[in-house]
Amino acid sequence: MIIYTKMYGAPPINRKEILRYAGCAEADEATASLMEDCLCEAADALVYKVCYRELSVSIKGEMCDFGTFSFSSGNLAGNLAGCPRVILFAATVGVGIDRLIHKYSRIAPSRALMMQAIGAERIEALCDVFCSDMEKEMGASLRPRFSPGYGDLPLSVQKDIITLLDTPKRIGLSLNDSLLMSPTKSVTAFAGITNTTE
Amino acid sequence: MNFTDFLKDNIVRLDGGMGTLLQAQGLVPGEHPERWNLTHPEIIQAIHRDYFDAGSHVVCTNTFGANCLKFPEAELEAIISAAVDNAKAARDAAGGDQMKYIALDIGPTGKLLKPLGDLDFEDAVEVFAKTVRIGTACGVDLILIETMNDSYETKAALLAAKENSSLPVLVSNAYGEDGKLMTGASPAALAAMLEGMGADAIGANCSLGPNQLRGVMEELLECASVPVILKPNAGLPKVVNGETVYNVGADAFAAEVAALMKTGVRVVGGCCGTTPEYIRALTDKTRDFTPPPLTEKSRTVVSSYTHAVEFGASPILIGERINPTGKKRFKQALLEKDMDYILAEGVKQEEAGVHILDVNVGLPEIDETEMLKSAVRELQAVTALPLQIDTADPRAMEIALRRYNGKAMINSVNGKRERMDAIFPLLKKYGGVAVALTLDENGIPDTAEGRVAIAEKILSVAAEYGIGKKDIIFDTLAMTVSADNRAALATLEALRRIRHEQGCHTSLGVSNVSFGLPGRDAVNSTFFAMALSKGLSAAIMNPYSADMMKTYYAYRALAGLDENCADYIARADSFTAAPAPVSTTAAVSGTAKNLSDLQQAIAKGFKDKAAEITKSYLESMMPLDIVNGEIIPALNAVGEGFEKKTVYLPQLLMSAEAAKSAFEVIKAHMAGSGQNDRRGTIVIATVHGDIHDIGKNIVKLLLENYGFDVIDLGKDVPPEAVVEAVVENHAPLAGLSALMTTTVPAMEETIRLLRKRASWCKIIVGGAVLTKDYADRIGADKYARDAMEAVRYAEEIIG
Repeated sequence: MIIYTKMYGAPPINRKEILRYAGCAEADEATASLMEDCLCEAADALVYKVCYRELSVSIKGEMCDFGTFSFSSGNLAGNLAGCPRVILFAATVGVGIDRLIHKYSRIAPSRALMMQAIGAERIEALCDVFCSDMEKEMGASLRPRFSPGYGDLPLSVQKDIITLLDTPKRIGLSLNDSLLMSPTKSVTAFAGITNTTE
Repeated sequence: MNFTDFLKDNIVRLDGGMGTLLQAQGLVPGEHPERWNLTHPEIIQAIHRDYFDAGSHVVCTNTFGANCLKFPEAELEAIISAAVDNAKAARDAAGGDQMKYIALDIGPTGKLLKPLGDLDFEDAVEVFAKTVRIGTACGVDLILIETMNDSYETKAALLAAKENSSLPVLVSNAYGEDGKLMTGASPAALAAMLEGMGADAIGANCSLGPNQLRGVMEELLECASVPVILKPNAGLPKVVNGETVYNVGADAFAAEVAALMKTGVRVVGGCCGTTPEYIRALTDKTRDFTPPPLTEKSRTVVSSYTHAVEFGASPILIGERINPTGKKRFKQALLEKDMDYILAEGVKQEEAGVHILDVNVGLPEIDETEMLKSAVRELQAVTALPLQIDTADPRAMEIALRRYNGKAMINSVNGKRERMDAIFPLLKKYGGVAVALTLDENGIPDTAEGRVAIAEKILSVAAEYGIGKKDIIFDTLAMTVSADNRAALATLEALRRIRHEQGCHTSLGVSNVSFGLPGRDAVNSTFFAMALSKGLSAAIMNPYSADMMKTYYAYRALAGLDENCADYIARADSFTAAPAPVSTTAAVSGTAKNLSDLQQAIAKGFKDKAAEITKSYLESMMPLDIVNGEIIPALNAVGEGFEKKTVYLPQLLMSAEAAKSAFEVIKAHMAGSGQNDRRGTIVIATVHGDIHDIGKNIVKLLLENYGFDVIDLGKDVPPEAVVEAVVENHAPLAGLSALMTTTVPAMEETIRLLRKRASWCKIIVGGAVLTKDYADRIGADKYARDAMEAVRYAEEIIG
């Protein structure tokens, strides 16, 4: 079983989404220029890395069995129902954006807020690009991605995912003692592979 | 022959991959390969033996992840001891007449160090130290630290190896396709740090195939005076007919590695996807290679966690502003432990264009060691510039150098034997470039000859410690020209001789020269120009002085260091232009008309303008009248807009920052006057286990704006630390923030402890996962939906 690593260029930017993450329903000139300025500065700090592997899964009731590890989650079981195989992936936009967030949280919180919003939008955009890329590559459809912490899927599953995907070495993603990810703008998720378009 | 001697005169072949071979033998995903030393010794021995038979000089023990974070200590000892036994058994059984050595293999911990992750630097050192102590006791020949993708963790591992073993240490990093480590370090930055700390060879492994690492190899060969290591993957993996194969075969791999050996690489092997077949092909291809001679590069370099700064033709600017001498406002910041002020000073100097930041936080009233330690740590979290550690206290110096991520500048040493004996051992251990002042027990010589003689003495003592002249920069001491009109000439002549006759780099604290004179900038910048023409390599200077910056850019243009004068032209506008006009769009629409200039600047979030206007108001108004009559009403207007949802969070923050810059001007004006108009102390923290602190920082900014003294304990704060701060300051209010459901229990625990030991204190909580119900259930006094609500509550409690 092989772990693949992919690097992407910057996905298209959804400015509305960034503003939403920044708690801003509409942007006046000052906010818009703050956002553009931060996007410019963040561009060099962002990387777009994903590592993943394909796993077979058997679902029995709430039990999701991936062969080398298994756990109980009714929500994930429902999400993966009818998918014999899944893509398990970890994605990150890197430590650079964390550095910027940290830096500005000490000297200019408005910029920190905006950097935070940009990071949140960027990691979601990366996951979208990766999933549609995989759909094309496999000629199959993927179910909506499902991450630890959603519904009844416990965060403790992160430990298994990080080990199984060898993420510290592959994409520089590690877990802290509270099961939070570093870099913080990272996502791990299961995506069921299905051949029917739903 | 021991390995150190062998490394001097020979090409060294390491072994190849281990993980891929173990998977082929049945290692399942998620299983720890290190346990196979105990459960499958025959398989591990066979792989090691195959590598010796294929021509490896060095076989690495199967201990990549053998550390106390992954294994309990007793098992760790058993694993490492079995791993070394397996390698020894393989060596005994192997044929081949090459020299055969065993390396203790050390990989990363799998955790990220603070501030990006949660592993403390000293804890990381201890994790590696345990592995080193066990491995060394088992009788290995050398240590190989490999696949490190973070410079700070690399430093922790090398320090642990050096402190717990006298064996030679090879250090190899995992570079990405961009030619940098995951956390941003360039090969030149690593070369500076690792060589400075005494690594015996440095290089790259894993991640990529040999040809993709060509750029990294070129940079390392250019910088490193020690042998360079290349241990690449067999290209990139792909699946063919259900099997994993790598896209560079054994012969192609050998040819690509051999080509890089011709450019100077001396220590070679393979990483993921390589097998004994690859090492055999490499042995066959390079059997007759003689190693190119090692050359001493004599580069004077310091580094940060991202890049190296080299002293050479183009002068280096060292920002002098982080220093309390003669600065009332800075002294106040130190006394109040106001780290944000110090950080802002660092970032401002970086934006002004300096290359290195001098860090001096010494005051008789404070614990300098603690302050220096946290200043270095916090500065390295907000700026990528290398730091110059500036302290008279050798103990503070050591603690700062130890924690510093990179190769630091050391300010300073001098010709006094006692000082050299205190500082040179630190430079030797942690790496560094020392500023050496040309003075000694007899004071500062008046003549150039006297200063040059001291420089010679310093160089010879440095040599006793094994420190070369590339790691010493001489400061020939700018003296006050108003006291002696020949003073500047002696300084310059000494500087010229040391630079051109001794071949050493030089630095000057330029500003001293004009002490006691009016119009100091003109004197400083002219002296700077004179010194540059004599060969000055670096200046400790004030980057906010337009005259100094003009001189710097003009000199570079005139000295042929600025192609097409591009840097000069890019800067020229800022030397003459008026401040840029500010946009007139209001953040608080509709209310702007009736506001004063200052109130408008705050409403619109214009930081610089708010500061400027406040300065002019101070000429005719009392500070408190500005605060109560101007700033607070402006903030209130914005705050009300936020509560009514006509102003959004980013705008609220920009206004708060503008108000803060106005306050900053007032604070500087009042510094040292002893006046205190603060309203009361509030302790705030993000709870234990949680690393999200933006929300907490927003609350802090607004509380400060409204005149509260805020003690910010940061993020990931243990309950005891919150209680201690509340008790020590008898704080009437504590604010706790948590973003994750997993960290709410830590919040509950903190509240429980506060109730027990600080029953007077009200507790306000906030954060993404909290609700009013939740806050009530864990026993908080108040749940604040946002920062404004926190301010309103503080006003209610404290007044």
